[in-house]
Amino acid sequence: MSERTFKYVGTRPIRHDGVDKVTGRANYGADLSLPDMLHGVLVRSPYAHARIVAIDTTAAEALPGVKAVITGKDIPETRAKLPLGEGAIDLHDVSDNMIARRKVLYEGHTVAAVAATTLDIARQAASLINVTYERLEPVLSIDRAIAPDASILHEDMRTKGVPNASKPSNIAMRMEGKRGDVDRGFAEADVVIEREVRTPTVHQGYIEPHACVARFGEDGRAIVWCTTQGPFAVRDQCAAILGMDAAHVKVIPSEIGGGFGGKIVVYLEPLALALARNAQRPVKMVMNRDEVFRATGPTSATKIRVKLGAKRDGTFVAASASLYYEAGAYRGSPAGAGMMCALAPYRIPNFFLEAFDVVVNKPKVAAYRAPGSPMVSFAVESVVDEIARELKLDPIDVRIRNAAVEGDLAPYGPAYGPIGLKTMLEQAREHPHWKAPLGPNQGRGVACGFWFNAGMNSSATVTLNMDGSAAVVTGNPDIGGTRAAQALMVAEELSIPVERVRPGVGDTDSSGMTDLTGGSRVCYATGMAVIGAAQDVREQLRARAAKTWNVNVDAVRWDGGFAIPPEHTANAQPLGVAELAAKMAHTGGPIVGRASLYAPMAGPGFGVHICDLEVDPETGQSRVVRYTAFQDVGKAVHPSYVEGQMQGGVAQGIGWALNEEYIYNADGVMENPGFLDYRMPVASDLPMIETVIVEVANPLHPYGVRGVGEVPIVPPLGAVANAMRDVTGIRFTELPLSPPRVLAAITERNRETVGV
Amino acid sequence: MARVHLPSGLTQFTGGVADVVVDASRARDLLDRLAERFPALASQLDDVAVAIDGQIYQDPGYQPVGPASEVHLVPRIAGG
Repeated sequence: MSERTFKYVGTRPIRHDGVDKVTGRANYGADLSLPDMLHGVLVRSPYAHARIVAIDTTAAEALPGVKAVITGKDIPETRAKLPLGEGAIDLHDVSDNMIARRKVLYEGHTVAAVAATTLDIARQAASLINVTYERLEPVLSIDRAIAPDASILHEDMRTKGVPNASKPSNIAMRMEGKRGDVDRGFAEADVVIEREVRTPTVHQGYIEPHACVARFGEDGRAIVWCTTQGPFAVRDQCAAILGMDAAHVKVIPSEIGGGFGGKIVVYLEPLALALARNAQRPVKMVMNRDEVFRATGPTSATKIRVKLGAKRDGTFVAASASLYYEAGAYRGSPAGAGMMCALAPYRIPNFFLEAFDVVVNKPKVAAYRAPGSPMVSFAVESVVDEIARELKLDPIDVRIRNAAVEGDLAPYGPAYGPIGLKTMLEQAREHPHWKAPLGPNQGRGVACGFWFNAGMNSSATVTLNMDGSAAVVTGNPDIGGTRAAQALMVAEELSIPVERVRPGVGDTDSSGMTDLTGGSRVCYATGMAVIGAAQDVREQLRARAAKTWNVNVDAVRWDGGFAIPPEHTANAQPLGVAELAAKMAHTGGPIVGRASLYAPMAGPGFGVHICDLEVDPETGQSRVVRYTAFQDVGKAVHPSYVEGQMQGGVAQGIGWALNEEYIYNADGVMENPGFLDYRMPVASDLPMIETVIVEVANPLHPYGVRGVGEVPIVPPLGAVANAMRDVTGIRFTELPLSPPRVLAAITERNRETVGV
Repeated sequence: MARVHLPSGLTQFTGGVADVVVDASRARDLLDRLAERFPALASQLDDVAVAIDGQIYQDPGYQPVGPASEVHLVPRIAGG
């Protein structure tokens, strides 16, 4: 990768969407209203596990103002699978999760939908729908789900990955990975540490709830306006679930107030379409926060056992792990990804890993920022910390000794290309944070983390205006500042000021097919399409210059925004973009550039985090007092938004480690479905999170870009837990490290110390 | 002839065979050859991504496979 100097890439212009966002002018999923619009409301199960015996909707249908009522039997079941690139989505489960047919599988599971002229009437009608349930025993933990006498959620579920699995099970899948001889490796170790950890159900916590408006015509053509990470994914899911031709569905993505993986699978849109079709009027549906918690995908609670063996000098020789991940009501936890990430930062010659996808009576899990990786990183980084303590070695030195480098085999098979993990660990060791003195009741922890970063399908068009400005359109909703990055790429390729580039998000009609925004792929893969489309424009400008000078296009150079004529061309001066654009009607017509591609996975991303924690021994409350996040980003196109991704991931990881958890009662009802009691960090909870951007170029990308968005949520769980160990002397193996849990452990330790 | 490495979870379906030499020039053909050789493996191949010389393709399609390529089958993963 050459050391290219950039003019625009790497600078920090104000994002094009910034003013609208901070003034409240930007239009999100709930901001659209249409004439004649109805309001849709869902009826949800109060029970975590039950058979639906009967649903009586007559009183609801008779209420004045009610225009449509549907239940599960109004939406035909489907066996379709959608290749969303990131693993085929089983639409049967998506549809059954969206509205139950025979069984309700979690408290909050939708059983009916109503559309009425006002929200109040819709809610009243919902309360008039009479559902008869036959209650079943809920399964609310991994231990209960895998017990031989467990209540079974799906009678037809057999454990995939186990040959000849013939009995119904709550284990949807078993996976394994191994290398070398793990028994011999442990036998050769000088120290072996084994721990079992548990992490709770946590939610992505996007500030904007799910919302949509659906419009359905007599001709069978429909429009959906919604907040989503993937308009094409919404279109294809709606079409398949409702048995429609996808060509008859247009999806317009609104501005999105956070997704983190939770706005990929549909919950509302097909129901809104079905109501709109029946009522022949547009239908708007907006979830409240309670519904978002109880009935949209959080991420898996886990039970993970990790065993690590090392030589006295700290070299890792063997590792084993067993990962149990809750999938919620339907199969599909990120247990497999967790298994692949578990040992990814380290070179370990002998290992045995197994992972289990387990269904329980909780909402079906959805992807959450590096799905599967943070939980297992918490487990492994805790054990690495213990190994360092046992051997009296510096925790960063132990990680440097074992850090994977280019050419090492990743635990999931292929060799790593150029990666920045070791560089970051060395920088962390020299960073002032690592050497700063600690105050009373303060401790310090370090951890590293890994995520893959996706590739997949992307399209982009770049159009030139006669005044020399440009517009770029992709199909990727902007959740991380990617429009600003795309404008910088176009500015760079065409040498026009970034303020004169208008980046936009198209809908499913105006953009070429694009896979969803997520997987840390937009700046990398869609960015490559944007660069390609801008270069296409540049090639066309060269051809227009050649036409102007009446020379062969191969003789025309392009340099710094100008077409340069071949030497000795009569009456020829270099022509800039603006001049060529002004004349485009005379030289061949409008100039539109395009590119589309399927990108391989972006090349792995690593992060190293240092956390200082202060713990009040009298209350168990903790405060992060200093935090530094290192990340190898390949190339930071807009450094402010790369830093923003790092800080945001850290904030979510800290919340996961210190406070967040779903609290269920014995009946499987969530007791804290609101931000007051489901405690996410707010700005006043955290110090300024310092970021160190490391750039080891990704050879797959013309600028060296790596995926950035997901890695930063991975190390915080381990960093915070290791800091907690440092300050309290207690190794916590269960998250969150909330004040009651910490205080109880401190009290117990004090009692033991005193000998009471 | 590409060298294909199977993760241990899949070797249960190949009678323990973890490394296979396959004659194929495209990813799709390579998976078909594997399914022909190990029929029990066929149903598991719906959920795999393919790494060819270090590049992972979630949907391998017709990606070219060279005569000396190193191919790893890895589980498909989802991002968030």
